[in-house]
Amino acid sequence: MNLTLKIWRQKEAKASGSMETYKVSEISEHMSFLEMMDVLNEQLINEGKEPIAFDHDCREGICGSCSMYINGEPHGPDRGVTTCQLHMRKFKDGDTIHIEPWRAASFPVIKDLVVDRSAFDRIIQSGGYVSVNTSGNSQDANAIPIPKEDADNAFDAATCIGCGACVAACKNSSAMLFVSAKVSQLALLPQGQVERKERVLSMVDQMDTEGFGNCSNTGACEIECPKGISLDNIARMNRELLSAKI
Amino acid sequence: MSTLDSKTPAGPIKDKWTNHKSNINVVNPANKRLIDVIVVGSGLAGGAAAASLAELGYNVKCFCFQDTPRRAHSIAAQGGINAAKNYQNDGDSIYRLFYDTVKGGDYRSRESNVYRLAEVSANIIDQCVAQGVPFAREYGGLLDNRSFGGVLVSRTFYAKGQTGQQLLLGAYSAMSRQINKGKIKMYNRHEMLELVLVDGKARGIIARNLVTGELERHSAHAVVLGSGGYGNVFYLSTNAMGSNVTAAWRAHRKGAYFANPCYTQIHPTCIPRSGDYQAKLTLMSESLRNDGRIWVPKSKENVEAIRSGKKKPIDLSADERDYYLERRYPAFGNLVPRDVASRAAKERCDAGYGVNETGEAVYLDFSSAIMRYGQEKANILHLENPSKEKIRELGEGVIESKYGNLFQMYEKITDDNPYKTPMMIYPAVHYTMGGLWVDYNLMTTVPGCFAAGEANFSDHGANRLGASALMQGLADGYFVLPYTIGDFLADDIRTGPIANDSPEFLEAEKETKNRLDALINNKGTKSVDHFHKRLGKVMWNQVGMARNGPGLKEAISEIQKIREEFYKDVFVPGTTNEFNPELEKATRVADFLELGELFAQDALEREESCGGHFREESQTEEGEALRNDKDYAYAAAWEWTGTPRGSKMHKEELTFNDIELKQRSYK
Ligand SMILES: Cc1cc2nc3c(=O)[nH]c(=O)nc-3n(C[C@H](O)[C@H](O)[C@H](O)COP(=O)(O)OP(=O)(O)OC[C@H]3O[C@@H](n4cnc5c(N)ncnc54)[C@H](O)[C@@H]3O)c2cc1C
Ligand code: SF4
Ligand code: FES
Repeated sequence: MNLTLKIWRQKEAKASGSMETYKVSEISEHMSFLEMMDVLNEQLINEGKEPIAFDHDCREGICGSCSMYINGEPHGPDRGVTTCQLHMRKFKDGDTIHIEPWRAASFPVIKDLVVDRSAFDRIIQSGGYVSVNTSGNSQDANAIPIPKEDADNAFDAATCIGCGACVAACKNSSAMLFVSAKVSQLALLPQGQVERKERVLSMVDQMDTEGFGNCSNTGACEIECPKGISLDNIARMNRELLSAKI
Repeated sequence: MSTLDSKTPAGPIKDKWTNHKSNINVVNPANKRLIDVIVVGSGLAGGAAAASLAELGYNVKCFCFQDTPRRAHSIAAQGGINAAKNYQNDGDSIYRLFYDTVKGGDYRSRESNVYRLAEVSANIIDQCVAQGVPFAREYGGLLDNRSFGGVLVSRTFYAKGQTGQQLLLGAYSAMSRQINKGKIKMYNRHEMLELVLVDGKARGIIARNLVTGELERHSAHAVVLGSGGYGNVFYLSTNAMGSNVTAAWRAHRKGAYFANPCYTQIHPTCIPRSGDYQAKLTLMSESLRNDGRIWVPKSKENVEAIRSGKKKPIDLSADERDYYLERRYPAFGNLVPRDVASRAAKERCDAGYGVNETGEAVYLDFSSAIMRYGQEKANILHLENPSKEKIRELGEGVIESKYGNLFQMYEKITDDNPYKTPMMIYPAVHYTMGGLWVDYNLMTTVPGCFAAGEANFSDHGANRLGASALMQGLADGYFVLPYTIGDFLADDIRTGPIANDSPEFLEAEKETKNRLDALINNKGTKSVDHFHKRLGKVMWNQVGMARNGPGLKEAISEIQKIREEFYKDVFVPGTTNEFNPELEKATRVADFLELGELFAQDALEREESCGGHFREESQTEEGEALRNDKDYAYAAAWEWTGTPRGSKMHKEELTFNDIELKQRSYK
């Protein structure tokens, strides 16, 4: 198929950017979206031009690197997939596709489609862990049985890949889904109990410091989240926060 | 030629590690504060090492090229992690895990290291659970296990199909805690481009800030490389796009021997390429071979009909199909080991029986299993004369409960429904057993330079068993290095900070800058990928699943030619002092172009077949891999002398005192 691409180009963080138009032809429906971008980049290089910068690594939906805002949706039109798992069969010959970086004040653009998501790291650093040393002297792994349901729910929350699509989807650029996923995982496990209150307080505090917006419960984040992280986590985090403040 | 001393401690194998820990030098807590350690890599090996060393009190600087440590390639591991916990009470033990790993590696690993790995394995699970890693559990609340290939016990711990992700997030959380305390300084989006030696010791690195393009000089008392494997020398592999050999290769060029570069694992069940544009291959878990039957059409006419879309695979009757694994290996059938299954698929496709457009795919067919499970289910439900459709429906339900997530992943990529039509699969490069040579302390031949995880060579011999790479990465990082690094650093308590403006650092920085400038100023006509793809083709065709003398010699000269052309004609757009992904690729491919040649040379020198290394000249009458213990029971450790061609081989003889050497058999 032949496509028109309108892509955000921005030389560096401080530069102002603009949408540029490119044409690609003979795109196979079997290509992934990033392979289509590879084709465009190879074309640009062969013309002696600068290729489009974008983040990617695993290309199988698990590392959370890829992050394109495609036709107004983070990770594009398909559900439950990351940009690297999106396939060109979701598009038609002759389509015009708009491709932008995540848009959020807390995710400044580094270049073209690449943004800085280190705010997420700083939120985890503020308390998203169990304070246990890796000494090798921990008690036996089966010493504390954990109800399967709790373990499964903790696992579901823990599958968040830190991509930031939830922030990009939210009109307030809220990071609640991301933060609540980590808070939930550890609140559901016995190992997370000791630091439970402190954890939610510091993580929410850091989230606010980073400038992420408020949650107004529109649920766009859940719809666009490639890993199906549930809004229940946000409700759980709100309860955690409330009980921590009392 | 120096002799290679593994510095394996004396004594019975089961006491070696305990004795070694009590005998080696330690650095007291107050002195650790005076010592800096650089860790390159934030995967399971690097991440675990960085967190543990920081907890001990060392000042750690950790580097990764991704935008956050949590995205290291380890995140993609699917199946699970082994540990000799014997929770299933099925007779597992440290010895059994040790034995399985040495045998699985086709007797080309170092006994003492493998034993230690088995010994600390149980601790890994305790540690991860304490961190809040949500492993799969049974209804009683205890940890669940899976079985993996090549073993008789159930010792694999898992978190659905995302075990690597959960383990890495555990290590990342331990790192985050130390970053918060200021004990780890994290350098995201930084790439190590050179190792710096001062007075013969590894004392730092030159790293490029990938955002600004600036070169930085970082000094420390020791350097740990946890930089992963080099499977991407084949261009196409299941590794993440950024995985590369640069950190290890730069250390190699500074004196660290590179061991067994030719040992590569090629995994039989991956989603095939769909065209020349493809950049990456996706793994489909080995567990599928329990219920899938592998076949290609018997006749070329049917191959043509399928390729042109005139026929569908389900149109072919049973006797029009060649279930070639069942035909060639009646005893093991579809469950032959990975290397055998891979070679057999390649053989059929090379002979022209591949079933997709590119001619490189075979079928993995679940229809027999679906009908069998469906019938069983119908019996359990006491259904009288169920229709074929009903049986199929019930069977699909059973298959879904076992492999649902994999089937969905397959469907997303291929747009084919594997419940209705067979999957198409093809072997792909997956893991590299070779890597930097290390002694028992995990130190390379450069004093002060350590290697951990997939970057080193020590534990998997010529073939790695499933679920043991995660185990090794975490063992090295959490439990081995934190002890053994002290043996080296104990001499440094009075050294004081290492200056980063000594002539050695300035020289290394200048040299690196020249290298980058040369690439940018080359202004050739072809992209970096163009050369990487060509290298990959040579590697795959001549240094891949089956290798022979003449082919390897040809590969060596072919790679030399590509390398020459690369330096003449590569075009790297942009400048050095900006965010420039093409420049990153260029430095990586430049190193792959050297490694590739050494890789082929190592394969040429080893005139035996073992594990993943199959020399066509060394096979049994039935075409199986034939080892030659008399002449090749050694690890080949290569020394850089200025060109890949001139590399000098050193041997570490492998002795087996606790396991008897046997020809691997699965017939
Ligand atoms: C699809 C897939 C599935 C797998 N499944 C399993 C499984 O189920 N069980 C199992 O045991 N094993 C599995 N493996 C193998 C296993 O995942 C890897 O061997 C292991 O994770 C490697 O860990 P590592 O820490 O050594 O390196 P990696 O995780 O590759 O980490 C390398 C790190 O080094 C950094 N780095 C590299 N070079 C540089 C440089 N020059 N400068 C700065 N930083 C650098 C990277 O940024 C990264 O942080 C699988 C592998 C694949 C590909
Ligand atoms: S919650 Fe979902 S969308 Fe948000 S970072 Fe995690 S995986 Fe991405
Ligand atoms: S590249 Fe890893 S999730 Fe898309």
